[in-house]
Amino acid sequence: MKKIVITVFLLMIATHLCAAEPIKIGMITTLSTKAGYLGEDIRDGFKLAIAQEDGKLGGIPVELMVEDDGRKPGKGKQIAERFIKRDKAKILTGIVFSNVAMAVVPKVVRDNVVYLSTNAAPSKLAGKGCNPNYFSVSYQNDNLDEVVGQYVTEAGHKSVYLIAPNYPAGKDHLAGFKRYYQGEIKGEVYTKLGQADYAAEIATLRAAQPEAVFFFLPGGMGINFLKQYSQAGLADEIPVYGPAFSFDERILKAVGPAALGVKNGSQWTHDLDNPANVQFVKAYQEAYGRTPTLYASQGYDTARLIGSALQAVAGNLDDLEKFKAALRKADFASVRGNFSFGTNQHPVQDVYIREVIKTEDGYTNSTVKKVFANHVDAYASECKM
Amino acid sequence: MNQKNRKISVIAGGALLLLLLPLVAVLLEETYFISLFSRIIIYGLAAVSLDLLLGYGGMISLGHAAYVGIGAYVVGIFFYHAQEMEPIISIPFIMHGSENALLVLPLAIIISGFFALVIGSLCLRTKGMHFIMITLAFAQMIYYFFVSLEKYGGDDGLSLYSRSSLPGLDLSNDLHFYYFCLFLLIGFLFLVKRTVDSRFGLVVRGGSNNERRLKALGINIYRYKLVCFVIAGAGAGLAGGLLANQTEYISPGLMHWTLSGELMVMVLLGGLGTLFGPILGAAVFLLMEETLAMYTEHWMVFMGPFLVLVVIFAKRGLFGLLTGEQNNNG
Amino acid sequence: MLLVIEQFLNGLQLGITLFLMSAGLTLVFGIMQVINLAHGSFYMIGAYVCATVAARTGSFLLGLAAALPAAAFTGMLVEFIVLRRLYKREHLDQVLATFGLIMFFNELTRIIWGRQPLFLDVPPWLSDSLELLPGLIYPVYRLAVIGVGILVALALWYLFSRTRLGMQIRAGASNRDMISALGVNIKLLYTLVFGLGTLLAGLAGVMAGPILAVEAGMGENILILTFVVIVIGGIGSIRGAVAGALLVGLVDTLGRAFLPTLFRLIFQSATADAAAASLASMAIYILMAAILVWKPKGLFPAHS
Repeated sequence: MKKIVITVFLLMIATHLCAAEPIKIGMITTLSTKAGYLGEDIRDGFKLAIAQEDGKLGGIPVELMVEDDGRKPGKGKQIAERFIKRDKAKILTGIVFSNVAMAVVPKVVRDNVVYLSTNAAPSKLAGKGCNPNYFSVSYQNDNLDEVVGQYVTEAGHKSVYLIAPNYPAGKDHLAGFKRYYQGEIKGEVYTKLGQADYAAEIATLRAAQPEAVFFFLPGGMGINFLKQYSQAGLADEIPVYGPAFSFDERILKAVGPAALGVKNGSQWTHDLDNPANVQFVKAYQEAYGRTPTLYASQGYDTARLIGSALQAVAGNLDDLEKFKAALRKADFASVRGNFSFGTNQHPVQDVYIREVIKTEDGYTNSTVKKVFANHVDAYASECKM
Repeated sequence: MNQKNRKISVIAGGALLLLLLPLVAVLLEETYFISLFSRIIIYGLAAVSLDLLLGYGGMISLGHAAYVGIGAYVVGIFFYHAQEMEPIISIPFIMHGSENALLVLPLAIIISGFFALVIGSLCLRTKGMHFIMITLAFAQMIYYFFVSLEKYGGDDGLSLYSRSSLPGLDLSNDLHFYYFCLFLLIGFLFLVKRTVDSRFGLVVRGGSNNERRLKALGINIYRYKLVCFVIAGAGAGLAGGLLANQTEYISPGLMHWTLSGELMVMVLLGGLGTLFGPILGAAVFLLMEETLAMYTEHWMVFMGPFLVLVVIFAKRGLFGLLTGEQNNNG
Repeated sequence: MLLVIEQFLNGLQLGITLFLMSAGLTLVFGIMQVINLAHGSFYMIGAYVCATVAARTGSFLLGLAAALPAAAFTGMLVEFIVLRRLYKREHLDQVLATFGLIMFFNELTRIIWGRQPLFLDVPPWLSDSLELLPGLIYPVYRLAVIGVGILVALALWYLFSRTRLGMQIRAGASNRDMISALGVNIKLLYTLVFGLGTLLAGLAGVMAGPILAVEAGMGENILILTFVVIVIGGIGSIRGAVAGALLVGLVDTLGRAFLPTLFRLIFQSATADAAAASLASMAIYILMAAILVWKPKGLFPAHS
């Protein structure tokens, strides 16, 4: 009997000691390269949530380790390995790009580490490749195109012209659009990855005379395209649509008036009217002096979701199943309002169309309408978990 | 201590370090270092193969990453088809995928070597600056080809979900994999050392110094250079095949010209034409990247000038500094 | 038919932008025998400085006036500190040192200007479109780019064949010792030539700024194209740079514009789109490989 008491006592001390040690969260994200600001926003959103709780999430002390993957899959993988083997992190997050995610995620989830995606959510990880250790907090890559497809149909455009870079993500995004668009496809053009000059494509497009244009050109490619499209005098003739990736508040600064009035699809905008969002936008602006982008909101939500699950298991990650069960409940106030996880652990959420407007602070987005309520991604049914 | 002894002791020290490192890592429970150093060894292998071109053959190739990428894709494609149970080609004969390292690694070597043969035979018609650019052009072609190759993931790449199998060894075990890579590196070094010390090596080195004289001797330098190019390409292919196994992932990023540039940096950092130096260069480059990145996000602002300083002041690289040889050639 | 003319014009315009970049690079190559991978960094500096000044003052011209000296001055500084030590070294050393410089400049712009791309718009007086032919509407700014390119080509031709300085530079390229024996300060001359080259890169950056994204690393994309141009044209030859730039601009643009249509005649649409897109992105590299196999020294090899 005495032995048992002592053992229990020792165990209590042990767990207590463990609890005092902060929970380590490894963030692999892209801070260098042209796309560095995406990772910066994710990181800053995530850090804001921690700062608001004075170094804790859900009342549990956490330690956030951030490292730049330079958009290189191999490097991302190397960092993940260090976080897992050396720092004994059980929670990883932060990846911006699908190619880095494809290198890191399948391996880490096999090592029994929980990965929460703050941005990239390729179809391969949503359907057959889904995994109980993988959560996407952002969206499934196609969601933001699907909503535009639906909206363009509703707006009565009878024909569209599609543009995307010539790589699988480009094709996925166009497929997402086509899944919900019901008019005629006048043309579908795939451009070189990282292409700078779009004069040839714009001329061909003009000749095809579509009623609308849908494009997926992330990063600098989108800036180039929008500027040149507007310079060609087409902005007033043929309306352009796209997913939110080319219309976040930081990229808009670089695009300028060329993006004014363009409608784009997103799961979040800073003007969404719910208490969690209002305080987030205010706090973010105070902390960093800039309007949060959707990436920042995704980082923030991820941190808060982790917080809710850490609270539920009282900071004990020894039983990872319990932690995952708590994550699946998504018991936190998302800045997006409605938020829950589907069977493939991707979000079931509302998706909106928003419009680029100009205010005194520069260019930003304002929500136009909610197109999908509780939208489930197209791959969820393929996932057997 | 005379210079030769000093060189031998540096090499022996390095070899001993690489041999014992995993044991120390296991003792200290820092197993992460085993996988980090597997990566270093693999990059070292690629850098040694590039040194054969840069340091011995005087051929400045800015497209060496292409062969690393091809090697990786050979392993990746065979793996993919083995997993999907779908033959790679069915006409004119059926060829199945495979996970067996004894099959896929030699294939990676042969196929990269073949590409090097075709590309090299065209590139070697040019010289100097033109050679640099034409090797780059071919690498870019291959890069864009794989970016748009939808079947194997294009730019997103392909996750392999495990490592190749090898009778008697478990490559998924980091320790086994480490020694396997080290074994191949030593084998490749041995081969390259024999090559450069042979008559063949003399001709190739002579060719980079004085092509006209060799021509007068009736030696067709073009052929020698081509063989050198093929060996280097094959070595890079082996490194690519190992890299695919190490990261369990392949993508066209492996063929991007910045990787070619980084390999060059490793060679020069370690010491051009020193054979063993590039391994040291790979280690220093990757470790610097690793540690600098831990301290600052802006690590490149330090890495850049560091490279410039190395170029200006350390002509024989770090290996030259260690062995004390600075200016003699060979 | 109108579309063909328009695409031709697009190709011409891309070619001229490439020429602006290549002129500086081929100059430095041809005269100083130096490979400068960091040439794209000066292009970036030009665009960044112009964007910053234009945003503060609201004037594109003031931006241009600030960007050119900034690019030239940084260039001369780099020449003075780094490249001067590498003239007698092998190409390999130059490649690596300038590779290091790319890393440095990219990260430095990120530290100074932050990670997000900057905004630079077409000046209002160039923002219209012009109807060149009935039904063929073309942005004035792109026509202005074509104009600037032609002016630069003429100015360079004049400098090298009609002025004393130009002759000294050419003489320095063919015989360095001779020209310094004649009392010309060859070191200063080289610094000036390098500054001129980076000034041209800065000009290209400014001209591209309103059309493209102004972001850290913007130089690398165009850098590779530029190398393709000068290698095709023949290193060190301005005439070659003009020919190479136009050839690359046209092949790239026409390939992107018409390959999909051509392929659709032969294959099913999905395969056709994918195949045409891959071939279009490889087109210029295929062109370059073909030219080099045919003429290993490029189309217009310089005398040295």
